[in-house]
Amino acid sequence: MDLLKLGQHTFTSRLILGTGKFSNAETMLKAIQASGAQLVTVALRRFNRERPSDDLLGPLLTIKGLTLMPNTSGACNAQEAVKAARIARELSGSPFIKVEIHPNPHHLMPDAIETLEATRILAAEGFVVMPYMPADPVLAKRLEDVGCAAVMPLGSGIGTGHGLATADLLKLIIRDSRVPVIVDAGLRSPADAALAMEIGCDAVLVNSAIAVAGDPVAMAAAFALAVQAGRSARLAGIMSQSEEAVPTSPLTLFLADAGPIHQTNQKTV
Amino acid sequence: MDSMRLIINGKTIERPGPCSLEALLRELKLMADRVATVVNDDVVPSKLRAAHQVQEGDRIEILTFAGGG
Repeated sequence: MDLLKLGQHTFTSRLILGTGKFSNAETMLKAIQASGAQLVTVALRRFNRERPSDDLLGPLLTIKGLTLMPNTSGACNAQEAVKAARIARELSGSPFIKVEIHPNPHHLMPDAIETLEATRILAAEGFVVMPYMPADPVLAKRLEDVGCAAVMPLGSGIGTGHGLATADLLKLIIRDSRVPVIVDAGLRSPADAALAMEIGCDAVLVNSAIAVAGDPVAMAAAFALAVQAGRSARLAGIMSQSEEAVPTSPLTLFLADAGPIHQTNQKTV
Repeated sequence: MDSMRLIINGKTIERPGPCSLEALLRELKLMADRVATVVNDDVVPSKLRAAHQVQEGDRIEILTFAGGG
């Protein structure tokens, strides 16, 4: 069976869903179910007494077989991310943590140095650490060295929908990685997800593209199909490209013996 | 009982003290298994809340999960 292995945990689905930006909890739950995702991200937030319905933990726990992967969004450095991770584990009961450290709200690019430090500390504490990272092949190996369970390089900026702008760098990461490579951020349409899987990513994490779609539930199902198609294609072995045309039909010369084509349309006496 | 000031999620409140963290959550009508509690930067696990007395000036963060990518 083709399983995604993260630490000691295995999953049949290679589509991870983010739970942000959905218009309401009901749509989010239906989208998760339509996507077949077994792993979803959540964010920590101060409890709001005026809006207790904002709490997602209750609704998410109603879906069987779902594992939560809290993120450390909001953390600007390793120390804050480690603190957020410990709080999140207490609440989720899940060992998974998505390390997400982006100090600049304009571009939300991950801080490589702080991400490496947080990953080192949290991996030593037994977390299944999934760092969101720039698409940097050198950093990917450094994160692997300190014990991450997967690397999650960005395809393009969070919420930008610019797709796999980093495709060439992703290929370098995939070629050398000993841990799963999961593209996180920037995917816009199922085509992006299929392409990510075709170039050899082990999974994709999608949030905005589904949450803000006209019909999030239908889009979740579409992404699930794309991820499966891309994965199957990768496993099937994709043909290599050629600079010259290579015929698919036999180029025999029997037509040349029949003379010019226009003659075949003339009435014969 | 003396009055004590607590800073809960950044807002200062006054209540009679001391009391346990568990009693405080009950008073705030929070579902105890749906929130994480942090007192002065230390996570207080749910099973330790009954024994944890909150003190004058404590900074208490009550956190939950919201949507996020």
